[in-house]
Amino acid sequence: MSQLSTKHLIGIEHLSVQDVQLILETATQFKEIINRPIKKVPTLRDITIANLFFENSTRTRISFELAQKRLSADVINFTSSSSSVKKGETLLDTVNNILSMKVDMIVMRHSSPGAAHYLAERVQAQIVNAGDGTHEHPTQALLDAYSMQEKIGDLTGKKIAIIGDIMHSRVALSNIFCLQKLGAEVTLCGPPTLIPKDIHRLDVQVSYNIDEALKWCDVANVLRIQLERQNTKYFPSLREYALYYGVNKQRLDKLQKEIVIMHPGPINRGVELTSDVADSEHSIILEQVENGVAVRMAVMYLLANKQD
Amino acid sequence: MSEAIILNGKQIQLIIERLSREVIESIHFENTVIIGVQPRGVLLAEKIKKRIQELTNNNIPFGKIDTTFHRDDFRRGKSLNAKTTEIEFQIENKNVLLVDDVLFTGRTIRAAMDALLSFGRPMKIELLVLMDRRFNRELPIQPDFVGSVVDTIENVDVEVRWESEENKVNEVVFVKLNE
Repeated sequence: MSQLSTKHLIGIEHLSVQDVQLILETATQFKEIINRPIKKVPTLRDITIANLFFENSTRTRISFELAQKRLSADVINFTSSSSSVKKGETLLDTVNNILSMKVDMIVMRHSSPGAAHYLAERVQAQIVNAGDGTHEHPTQALLDAYSMQEKIGDLTGKKIAIIGDIMHSRVALSNIFCLQKLGAEVTLCGPPTLIPKDIHRLDVQVSYNIDEALKWCDVANVLRIQLERQNTKYFPSLREYALYYGVNKQRLDKLQKEIVIMHPGPINRGVELTSDVADSEHSIILEQVENGVAVRMAVMYLLANKQD
Repeated sequence: MSEAIILNGKQIQLIIERLSREVIESIHFENTVIIGVQPRGVLLAEKIKKRIQELTNNNIPFGKIDTTFHRDDFRRGKSLNAKTTEIEFQIENKNVLLVDDVLFTGRTIRAAMDALLSFGRPMKIELLVLMDRRFNRELPIQPDFVGSVVDTIENVDVEVRWESEENKVNEVVFVKLNE
């Protein structure tokens, strides 16, 4: 009987290879379920899950909520903008108040790196990290890996380029850990100002030339330029970024091979990806969104069984 | 742990032959589908389907159903590993022949029926099992086609071992637990 090695999903970094594989295999079964005429199973009917989003999100929040509903869990949603957090309540107080209403699992997005870990150490409920600042976004990495596997098969030895704002990206970090556990090679590509200087310690390659990176890779996971995290100017203008690091049709046509294009969304069209690429047959962006529900179902299903 | 063979390969062969003929006698081929319960019911279902095809030349639609996400023992220490569900036809208004190897408490069949109903509303569901442990039922579920009946106490396992790489022969065995 295989189980996860962990009670919480804080990040990919501390998962075992078996954990990642178990989640991805289980997600396959859930993908079949969400394509049935009745897309719902009763598995988590005695579980209550709170979604705490202290930071904006549409895709992830909807995806988690849908996954919970498809598993028949009871769901409460919480967004910080309409809550007592505005009145100065601390994170721990907020969470403990919610937990005293008998909540079993918490899905949290927070702007501070480590927020999920902080909670996991202090509260009874199980924690699923839905993004903590610039640290990790584990379910995104899992759904990215799932979508890649679905498209190109086993990832062992496959070449994945992660392109864009690596510095501020929790998606990049989780992706690196996840892809390496599955045996893929990773190259990071972006302007030098957006690539952390010690990142090579994670055993990844770095390229500052997007054409080289595209030529090398089987899959390009293009990240969003996070306009909200750019207090300092890391590049002169969006137009210049698009010119040097934007993925467009001309660049792909030059490759003489087909690569898979991914993006965690939301896309800044015309900046990191042009519309003709985002909407082309090479792009699996919408499959990623569909797979997100299945992968999150797998994560919560496996964690919930770990509770007792 | 001690073991005793209840049915040997030859006997199983005869039972499959009889069950196939019983099914042929009582069903309408145009409107029937066979669905095996994962994991081991599928193997029996495949054999029955194949035999029916040999005897009547009818290719009955065949599917697999996994019950993991519909079980009532979630978080009570049971297995998490789901197998695939493959039902690539409509079951709406069909007669479904549900096939499993051992009928014990009835809980797996309850879960299988629940899972099946997410694909539509069949006209009828009938149950075919190789082994019926008739005194251990916990739900009001009875088979329509029975291979063999066995009376057991609870801490005994009845296992159907199908011919595979590890097993040379088909057999049904008693396994006494916690001895």
